[in-house]
Amino acid sequence: MSNLLECKDLTKTFGSTIALMNVNLEIARGRIVGLLGPNASGKTTFIKLCNELLTPTRGEILIGGHKPGITTKGMVSYLPERTYLNDWMRVSDIIEFFKDFYDNFNPEKAHDMLGKLGINPKDRLKTMSKGTKEKVQLILVMSREADLYLLDEPIGGVDPAARDYILDTILSNYREDATVIISTHLISDIEKILDDVIFIKEGQVVLQKTVDEIREESGKSVDALFREVFRC
Amino acid sequence: MHWDLSSDRPIYAQIIEQMELMICSGVYPLGSKLPSVRDLAQEAAVNPNTMQRALSRLEETGLIYSLRTSGRFVTEDVNMIEMTRKRIAREHIQDFLDRMIRLGFQQEDIVSMLMDMSKELKK
Repeated sequence: MSNLLECKDLTKTFGSTIALMNVNLEIARGRIVGLLGPNASGKTTFIKLCNELLTPTRGEILIGGHKPGITTKGMVSYLPERTYLNDWMRVSDIIEFFKDFYDNFNPEKAHDMLGKLGINPKDRLKTMSKGTKEKVQLILVMSREADLYLLDEPIGGVDPAARDYILDTILSNYREDATVIISTHLISDIEKILDDVIFIKEGQVVLQKTVDEIREESGKSVDALFREVFRC
Repeated sequence: MHWDLSSDRPIYAQIIEQMELMICSGVYPLGSKLPSVRDLAQEAAVNPNTMQRALSRLEETGLIYSLRTSGRFVTEDVNMIEMTRKRIAREHIQDFLDRMIRLGFQQEDIVSMLMDMSKELKK
């Protein structure tokens, strides 16, 4: 299988702080991958490097054979950990906005998902709860027909029922030749939908396995193994 | 259908068990068509690749079969399902016996308790 994402000796430092150190990764198409690590382990740095929001200090990333840049922006759909959308905008405005920016954005899909969640497209973002805003963002991101979805903490701020809906949205919208990378520390909520798990610790990859491999080898859930590896 | 997946065992293995159970109990009758991988995955809230893997294993055992263009079906072989039912029953009984022995019961006690309880069940 061809790799969608490859990293070689990827390193990012901020002054004397090391955020990522010699990360080597290969991620295939058609996978749902959990990027798991405690706070400050380098998860967001990695995702930002994939988006060219940061540039590597050393090493490289290739997405579909390209370095992050104009070509990969069309291939990658990114959900940042914080919203960048303007509060005064209506959902319907933002949909137009996305239509202008991304030619792989499917507005029908977005409207369909909004309808299922009972979100009125005429509502302004600032009238919405934190959880509803997060749902809107995820809907926008998942309505793009991308090769790679990078979701940075997509379930952090929402209640368990909404989490289930979000996971369901990810499952029902991802395509067989696309890959989804989800960064989170809420592992027990998402481990059922993951193919692969990457543990990242102090800027280094300490484990890359499938969920069933972990369960078979250790007899433990990914959540339990995580607690063991990252015991404070 | 409610899927009950525990967190400490491989997911695909648990899916296989639950699919076997559903086939044996008639949720998916003999010869019936199964929902698509995607729909089943969504119903069980698991990854489609994991569901695919479980279904492939079930195909290897012959409990389900696939037709290239029209999807997956439950076997029409009654014996096959009967064998599966008995295998599952034996596994449950083995499990039960192990626990009773761990509790310190002798074989005779187990059997007589079982008889008493099943009599009560009939009433």
